[in-house]
Amino acid sequence: MSTTIPAGMREMTYREAAREGLHEALTRDERVFLMGEDVGRYGGSYAVSLGFLEEFGPERIRDTPLSESAFVGAGIGAAIGGMRPIVEVMTVNFSLLAADQIINTAATYLHMSGGQINVPLVIRMATGGGLQLAAQHSHSLENLYAHVPGLKVLTPATVEDVRGMLATALADPDPVLIFEHILLYNRKGLLAADAGAVDIHRARIRRAGTQVSLITYGGSLWKCLEAAELLEQQGIDAEVLDLRTLRPLDDEAIMATVTRTRRVVIVDEGWRSGGISAEITARIHEQAFYELDVPVQRVCAAEVPIPYAKQLEDAALPQVADIVAAAGRLVKGND
Amino acid sequence: MKPSKEQQLWMYEQMLVSRYFEESIEKIYMEGKSPAFNMANGPIPGEMHLSNGQEPCAVGVCAHLEPSDIVTSTHRPHHVAIAKGVDLDRMAAEIFGKKTGLSGGRGGHMHIFDPKVNFSCSGIIAQGMGPAVGAALSRQMQRKAGIAVAFLGEGAANQGAFHESLNLAAVWKLPVVFVIEDNAWGISVAKSASTAIERNDQRAAAYGMPGHFVPGNDPLAIYEVAGEAIQRARRGEGPTLIEIETYRLAGHFMGDAEGYRPQGEKDALFARDPIPKLREHLKASEGWSDAEDAALVERSRARVDAAIAFARDSAYPDPEEALDKVFV
Ligand SMILES: Cc1ncc(C[n+]2csc(CCOP(=O)(O)OP(=O)(O)O)c2C)c(N)n1
Repeated sequence: MSTTIPAGMREMTYREAAREGLHEALTRDERVFLMGEDVGRYGGSYAVSLGFLEEFGPERIRDTPLSESAFVGAGIGAAIGGMRPIVEVMTVNFSLLAADQIINTAATYLHMSGGQINVPLVIRMATGGGLQLAAQHSHSLENLYAHVPGLKVLTPATVEDVRGMLATALADPDPVLIFEHILLYNRKGLLAADAGAVDIHRARIRRAGTQVSLITYGGSLWKCLEAAELLEQQGIDAEVLDLRTLRPLDDEAIMATVTRTRRVVIVDEGWRSGGISAEITARIHEQAFYELDVPVQRVCAAEVPIPYAKQLEDAALPQVADIVAAAGRLVKGND
Repeated sequence: MKPSKEQQLWMYEQMLVSRYFEESIEKIYMEGKSPAFNMANGPIPGEMHLSNGQEPCAVGVCAHLEPSDIVTSTHRPHHVAIAKGVDLDRMAAEIFGKKTGLSGGRGGHMHIFDPKVNFSCSGIIAQGMGPAVGAALSRQMQRKAGIAVAFLGEGAANQGAFHESLNLAAVWKLPVVFVIEDNAWGISVAKSASTAIERNDQRAAAYGMPGHFVPGNDPLAIYEVAGEAIQRARRGEGPTLIEIETYRLAGHFMGDAEGYRPQGEKDALFARDPIPKLREHLKASEGWSDAEDAALVERSRARVDAAIAFARDSAYPDPEEALDKVFV
């Protein structure tokens, strides 16, 4: 990160940006409230809502019992009832206890009711591995929710997105899930002083290139950008596309980068089988097959529950070196 | 059913081992984590939930269990694992993420598995409930001796899985005992803010099973109540719910500043530390001498030190091992 901050910009951590977004939402709209485990007195398990209980009071900053199914369900009911709840589920791993409410209720109501009932619910959750928390706390299950029609799945990787996507999500009449990667909270980034809501339908090129496209999102964006720099030292010009949103996918941006570079590596901390990387590969096949010079490659989490020990966790998660190697093979061939 | 002197000493020894184990882990956990606290650094990475103060729950219950009885525990599992007879060396090695660990370093501290003594635990709140019910079902269907005990925190008693499991166990009259370790806090949320009734044993009535509350974090009282429930289960009379008042002398996890605790609460809890209390009782009522005590303390420390040394000296797993023990 540069040492001088350009005029009109502020430097802040991802955590601070998430907090600002939440603060703004609570300040702007009386209907917005936050509920989840330890969001109040503790300030959130990733300290995103620190101080909010004091500022907004216990009506609007609600510590819940350990009852994911009940409080996510309550979020749905409150949203239908005219409130604008933001539900925090500590990590996506625990959201499985509420998966019925998310997938069978939140995602289905609009369609099942013949368009009569919108569910303007926002659920935030942490995702991903890298802190040696072992399988039950380290998975990247956003892939699973991206499978479900009726949900929007956002994966902010930058301070601008984590701050601005929340406002857009709240303005959306339908359920939106926001996934914050655990390794991003302490990461610093630059934010325009007048930063605000951002679009949630467009992928964004974070680094332009001509020879190979690294398509990614969330925590893996930063690994891809690092890989792109290393590739540059090898004389390979990589483009990095940040999907930003896994559902709906921005097909146009994906096909555009395929057309530009003709070589694709998809990088995902989720598992490869049946995951978003499989979906993107299929879409490229359907829509841009003849633009490809070589088959699409994937760098994903190993097909195992994410293990605890560092040596094992590192081996199971996508690493910069894996991305560099995959991209290098595509550009230089296998020999 | 009062515990014999021998049983009391067994409980006391497990409590000592458990406490020294946690104190050792606590120190080692901080290695490499200052000045900047990063969970992923040091010889013991990840989250660390210590059980200091909750030892009575583990020993009072496990004193009645055989290796063939099944225990499911929680994200705060060390005291229960020790009382259930889990291999201490290999548990320590697992916590260090070593090849010699119970799971070869794949599981870590929240995922301790030792099938030799039928012990498992889980990092997902209330997740052990269903499997404990199923374990009891397997014993019932096979007409085999053995019961199941599910440990959980009072916070976990608000999960759907808790209520569903109690009902199922009662409907099928399964040999299972549900043990709530009520340490008053679910991370920062007080029991009174999360639970609609004061005591969870009252919930037993809703599921047609006996419910007991044990105050005072007292291993001898726990021993009696648990003994009755476990005998009942062994006789085929069905499940029981027990809530135990216990104390969490540590933070929720390492690194927890505990700003949510009312002032003075910690001091009051330390004044009621169950280990010195039991020691005093043994001296006053069981003729336990200072010399005997010093020797037992020494032996307990030595056992823990040996386990920690085993863990430290063991090799780390090879990266390729991440990819085995799973079918894809
Ligand atoms: C389903 C689920 N939700 C949330 C968490 C995060 N979490 C870990 S421990 C804990 C508090 C548990 O409280 P309690 O059951 O009382 O046990 P204690 O920690 O007090 O021993 C929470 C919320 C989790 N591990 N699993």
